[in-house]
This record gives sequence, structure tokens and C-alpha cells, in this order.
Amino acid sequence: MEKTFNNLCESLFSQLMPGENLVLSLNGENSQFVRFNNASVRQTGMVDDADLGLKFIFNGRTCNGGFTISGDHDIDQKRGLNEIERMRTESKEIPEDPFLVMPVDTGSSHEIKNANGLAFEDAVDAILPAMKGTDFVGILANGKMYRGSANNLGQRHWFETESFCLDYSLVTPEHQMVKGCYAGSDWNQSEYEDYVSQSRTKLSLMEKKPMKVDTGEYRTWFEAAAVADFLGMFSWNGISEASLRQGCSGFGRMRNEDVRLSNKFSIIEDFSPGFCPKFNSNGEVSPNSIPLIQNGTLKNTLVSSRSAKEYGVESNFAESGEYLRSPRMEPGKLNQENVTKEIDRGLYLSNIHYLNWSDNAGGRITGLTRYACFWVENGEIVAPIETMRFDDSFYRFFGEKLLDVEDKVTVVPEVSTYGQRSLGATTCPGILVDSFALTL
Amino acid sequence: MKLNIEIKDLLSAIDVPAQWVGIREVYEAHTPRMIRDGVPVANARSSTHGLMVEILVDGQFGYYGTPDMTPEGVSLAAKHAFQQAKIASKNSLYKFDESARPSFQGEYKSPYSKDRGALSAGNLNKILLEAYENLKISDKIVSASSLCQLIETSFKYVSSNGSDINQEFLMLEFDLSATAVDGSNQQTRTFGGMRGTCRQMGLEYFDKYEIMANANRIGEQAIELLDAEDCPTGEMDVVIAPDQMMLQIHESIGHALEVDRILGDERNYAGWSFVKLEDFGTLQYGSKLMNITFDPTLESEFASYAFDDGGLKATKEYLIKEGLLVRGLGGKESQIRSGLDGVANFRSSGWNRAPIDRMANINLEPGDSSFDDLIGQVENGVYMESNKSWSIDDYRNKFQFGCEYGKLIENGKLTKTVKNPNYRGISTPFWNSLKGVGDLNTFGIYGTPNCGKGEPNQVIRVGHASPACLFSNIQVFGGV
Repeated sequence: MEKTFNNLCESLFSQLMPGENLVLSLNGENSQFVRFNNASVRQTGMVDDADLGLKFIFNGRTCNGGFTISGDHDIDQKRGLNEIERMRTESKEIPEDPFLVMPVDTGSSHEIKNANGLAFEDAVDAILPAMKGTDFVGILANGKMYRGSANNLGQRHWFETESFCLDYSLVTPEHQMVKGCYAGSDWNQSEYEDYVSQSRTKLSLMEKKPMKVDTGEYRTWFEAAAVADFLGMFSWNGISEASLRQGCSGFGRMRNEDVRLSNKFSIIEDFSPGFCPKFNSNGEVSPNSIPLIQNGTLKNTLVSSRSAKEYGVESNFAESGEYLRSPRMEPGKLNQENVTKEIDRGLYLSNIHYLNWSDNAGGRITGLTRYACFWVENGEIVAPIETMRFDDSFYRFFGEKLLDVEDKVTVVPEVSTYGQRSLGATTCPGILVDSFALTL
Repeated sequence: MKLNIEIKDLLSAIDVPAQWVGIREVYEAHTPRMIRDGVPVANARSSTHGLMVEILVDGQFGYYGTPDMTPEGVSLAAKHAFQQAKIASKNSLYKFDESARPSFQGEYKSPYSKDRGALSAGNLNKILLEAYENLKISDKIVSASSLCQLIETSFKYVSSNGSDINQEFLMLEFDLSATAVDGSNQQTRTFGGMRGTCRQMGLEYFDKYEIMANANRIGEQAIELLDAEDCPTGEMDVVIAPDQMMLQIHESIGHALEVDRILGDERNYAGWSFVKLEDFGTLQYGSKLMNITFDPTLESEFASYAFDDGGLKATKEYLIKEGLLVRGLGGKESQIRSGLDGVANFRSSGWNRAPIDRMANINLEPGDSSFDDLIGQVENGVYMESNKSWSIDDYRNKFQFGCEYGKLIENGKLTKTVKNPNYRGISTPFWNSLKGVGDLNTFGIYGTPNCGKGEPNQVIRVGHASPACLFSNIQVFGGV
């Protein structure tokens, strides 16, 4: 794939005329997808896919293009040249862009992560025996992923990784569920079987009849997976500079009214673990670490180079959508073993579901409990709960109501496969919140 | 650049001992153009082109999606698909036969009169810039945007049992948005909710609709919301406009009736359903006023088509008739697995994803109340327009929606504008509280380009048409 990309780059850059600039980006994968239901195979298949993105800058205008790479150089070159010609014509018709971002050459990078992954032909036989006797449902996504970036000034970046992710649920006959996600690069059969065994143990806690909880406010523990979902909301009308400037960010109160979250809450964009490339689709390389909220105070927002030009601030080379790519929330002091004692009476939530802003300006988020969620009484888990809706503000649960933060962090991998498999992960601890609002 | 591929000829390149073979070729090009805050932020065109080879062996389907559309590429794809299916067939959830892919032949073309070439990039930018200027009616509007995206899709499908289908689609998404801010009070108004205005049509759209008048109205309403009171809290009647009804239908009916969810395929991702297989023919889903159809035939609706991606011919069917649940959203595979009647809704997001049960056009049929009749029945309530927030549980029971714009209804009349109108409820009690259904004059055709489901994930286009509706005794509330 890298050779295909490099050959295309050479062909297309050589066709540029004076004054023209071109940035190319590649997203590709060679993936196996096996879908399971009732511990059997529902659907199985493979996908070879790679898209080339083109950003053409000329005459103070920016045009974008893109097409699927067929793998046949002649076809792909022709597709690329057609795109350049189309954009060349359009750049003479469309209005000038006062905030266009010109390519720069700040150095190249090359990273290939090979792995002893799970062979495609072995996958079903490796996974299913450990699930025997369970109602197992989920998806295996397995194989290589590619990211590339190049510009006509000579800058080149290449990132290639091989990984697997088995994202699954185990279900009791009474429809109670636990979630599991076994992901990595090197497949380790015994480690996998141990992981599944832990899921089975957790499932046994779900065998009690679920109890109905009244609406109201409760002391609540959120496991890391649930916290990762809350942090995911920061990527949508959240900690983006453009969102703040355009009046559609939940962080307006922090920026404009000096409202602070709890001093126990700190989050950084952290590229050091290498979950995803440091370069963005424009070929710009982010700093290794960007402090965003430090001890409750907003230190930085995510700023793309376009926002930097438009709003006169400094870029930290966020993607154009200014979303989190590799966030890390700092741990605290609460040991997981003490969690139920600290809750005393309240909720233990392992996962949450279908979040949305219910009042963006107020930081209010609604969503639902899902999977292993329990009622705790006298410091002991009593029973799973029936699904409840919540509606509360992050200014409360990451702010004044945040009691404590877990003393270790968990890596929650990005499992999205919309369009193609995603890279990245959220690293975060669990949190204990003094009162959290259930509404339905 | 679209390659011209004769996929019928490619069938002969496949040399594996399969029960059945199919090839589905999809080409799709997106052309978005957007002006935000007076400057161009999108002038793009991106395409995707490839095919999926599907193989049935030992009762198990296997697939391979590839952009290599040469005979050699297809042959290799078939071998990989065969191998995947063969290995999995020892642990198949269900043993299918050829009847899961019925044989049909036919064509479909979207209704439109002006294609992409009818307006140059420059002229379209001028229209969008003018729309922006009509949105930006005050300095309090801190951001405004106008967006148009044209989508051209070509779908071809052939199979070893004689299917031969060709469908050509032209679709248009259009949006206007204005955000007004005063301190920490921020209010956004759009043209029918986030990209709710999406249809199968061409650039004649710009001749038919009063874009500039609507832009001006949206700008004015964003400013109006800044000074509006918050929506009241309490149990009261609500009248819901079609551009919010579409999401109410989508979340609390459409997803709940997907038969693959009911069969448990989605439990690890989108979720299950409160609807059980035995509920079809017995569950009183809503009041007698409720008539829901799967209608791929409504002209210009976003997800109209003649055949689904498994090649099944698509027809209009009632899902809920006079409130009674009668049919599910199950394609041929789900019909075979469940033993239920279904519809032609086996759909995929493109050549690189296998089809699953999806919504297409799911509509609420019009009733006989005028808009004034609906409002006139309400002593104390709220009228709500345009979705801005949505959430529902994994069984499709407990939902919560937020809208952009509300009006108090007092003694049968619309009175003050209110901001942050929200409501919540539980699906079947909510639909059983349906007290009035608007007539054709209140009917609106909307849709969404962003319906997510499936593993691997797929985002797909759906259409929803509905009249305005009145519901009684609903939990309503405002902002923080």
C-alpha cells in the first residue's frame, strides 16, 4: 500500500503547475469482519479499501477531492489527474478563501507496527470455543490499517499498523448483559481465554432479578468505559476552538465565565502511546502532549490550522474537525476495591449508552444506563438495575459533584467502523460522583 | 472518474464451488458546498467505487469487498469470500439457501430534472453566499452557514440465479443554520433540523423552494429565541411538527421494528428491541389514529428505490395499521429466520459493507385534522419544531428529544415563543397518547443521511414523512 501511495504521489505532484499546491492523504485497510450472534457466525467477510484525499490550493482558493484507490496505477493516476483538472477549473469559479492553510514541510515520519496477529483463517476457531455455553454476540475486526500524508513540498508521513478487536456482549437468559472488548496487536490465546473467563464471572453477577430504581439523584460510580463515553462528548460541540467561536460548545461557560471543573479533573491529548498517528490529514504533526483541562481549569482547546487563521490563535494541529484523537484523563486516589464502600448507597454503572447534549450551553448530557449496572446498598452490590435515563451536566459530575477519581487508568480502544476501522483510544480512570440525576 | 464495468461478464470470472454467487457494484459521489460566516469552507467532490462479491456455501454467506473490478480481482475476491464462508459454515447461526436471494430484474431512476451540471460551482457558491447574507440579520448571529450536498449513486446487482438490477439515484441535502449568542445563552435554528431537508431530487430544488425567505426566517427565529422564555416543565399536551415527528418515528418505531434487532444481531451495538416476534398481529403499538407505512414508492423521498441490496422488489406495506403492529422491517434473510412477513429493506451503506435490515422510507400516513384543529384542542401545551437532540435506550423504550423552537399553546391558540423545548417518554404509552393526526396540508417529507447501525458500522440514508401530530399528557421540560 505504501508503494502504491508513493507512486501516486510522484505522478500527481509532477503534474502541478506553478503556484499550485497539493496535499494528499490516504486512509486504507485490509480487514476481516466476523459478526457473531448466539455464539455462532451471523456474517463473515473481508474488505480491501483505500481512499485518496486531495486538497488542491491555487489562486487563494481551496478545493477538495477524493476517490477509491483501485490498486491499478494507470487507473488511479487517471482518477487523480481528472480530480486535479476538475479542481483547477473550480478554483477559478469559487470565492476566495481568506483562511486557507498552505502546506509546509516540517519533516517526514515513517512508522510501521508489525504484529503476530490473528490469522484470518484461524479467527473463528480461536474465538468460539471459549464462548461455548454463553449467548455471545459481537464483532471481530481484524487486519491492517494504513494512514498516509504527503504534500508537493516533499513532506511524507506513513503509519501502518496491524490489530484485532473483538467487541462483544454476553447475555443472560433474562436479557441482562455484560460488555467485553479484547483488543491488541499480538494475539495471545491464553490471555484471550482469561479475559473471556472474567466476562463470564461478571455475567454471573447479572443473574439476580433486576430492580427498578426511582428517578432522583444518587451517589454514582462510573467505570472507565462510561467515563470514556462522557469524554467522547467533548469531541462534538465540545472542546473545539471553532465550536466555541461559533456558539455551539458546552465549554462556553469555562471560556467566558471562568467556570471551573473539579481540581481532581485533568485531561490531555496524549499521542505518546502511539494509538494513532501524530500527523493529521493535512500532514501537520501535533505535539506529543497537549494539556486541555488542568485541575479543573481550561488550559487549551483543540485548534486546527484553519481555526488558528480564522480566529487569530495558535494552532495545535488538531484535525479539521477539532475532535479528540488520543485523550488521557489523569488518575486520582480511589482504589477500585473500595468503590462499593464509598458508594455506600447508590449506583455502580459500568457502561452508558446513546449520549446527546440535552442543553449544550449548560453542559447537560442525557443518555442511558446499559450493561452491568447495579444498585449498591450498605456498601454491597445488591442487584442489577433496570435501564434508566439520566440527564445531568458535566459541570456537575466533572465539577462540584466529583468526589474521587480511580487510582489507575484503563485504555478504552476506539472500536468504530463507520466507513472504515478507526484508530485511537481513550485512556481514563473511573469516577465517583456525589449525586447524579436519573430522570426516567 | 467512474469506470464502466459490465458486472454480468464478471460473474463468469468466479470459479468456486458455491451454491450461489452475487456481485453488487456501487459507485457514489458526494459533492458538498458550504459557506460559513461568509467564506467558502467546502467545495469538494469525492467518490467511492468498488464491488462486493457474495458467495453462499454450505448454507453460509461470505463476502469480499474490493475496489479491484478486473476479472482477476473478482476471481480472487470470490476465493477469499468462499474461504471465509466455508470456515464459518461449521458454526453458522442459520443455514440459508438460494431463496435468501430471490431473482428479480429491473431498473430505477430518481425523479429529477436538473443534474449536477445544471449549476456551476461558482453559481452554487453565489446562491449559498446570498443565503448566508439572509441568515446573518444581526451581529448577535455569531455564526451562520448554508450547505448543499449532491449525491450521485449508481447501483448494479447480478447473481447466479438471474438477478439483474440497475438503479441510479440523485439526492440532495440542503441546510441553513444560524446561531445567535447573548452571553451564555446560545440558540441555533436550522432548516428542518440537522440536515433534515434531504430528498431524491436534483438542482431544480433551487427553483422550487424559497431559499432566501427561509434563510431570513431562520435568522430572525434564532434572534427571537435569545429573548424567549425557557420551555415550561410539566405534564402537558404537545403538538409536534413534521421535522421533529421524523425523528420520533425513526427512533421509537423504525429501529424497534427492525427484525434483525429483534433476532438479537444488534445486541452488542445498537441494541435489542422491546418488540418480540409474537407481538406482530397483537401489539397495540399506538392509538387508532396511527398508520405507519414502509413506503419506497413516495416520489422524491430520500430512501425511495425499486429493489433492496439483496435484490428483493420493494413495495409499500403497512407496518402499523390503526395502531396495531402488523409487519416488521425484515428483509429476506430475516423473513426466513423469523417466519414473519417483511419488506424489502436489506440494505448496505456501500460496496464495502454487507446488507442488513435497515429503515428506508418509514412514514406516518396523514389524518384529517387541520393544523388549527390540532392546536385548537389544546388548553395548555407546547408546539415544537425541528430536532436538535435525540436519545433512546437500547430496547427503544425510554426516549428524550430536544427541539430548536417552541411556542406555547394556551386556550387553543399559539402564543409566546419558548426556547429549549424538550420532551421525554416511553415508546408505546407515547404512541397510544396520539390524539390528533394532521391532514395533507400539514404533511412534510424529511429524512436523515446519518442513520447508524450494524457491525461493522454502517451509516445509511432514510426518509420520514409525517403530518403534524398532537399527543396528550407528555413530560415536557426546558433548559438548565
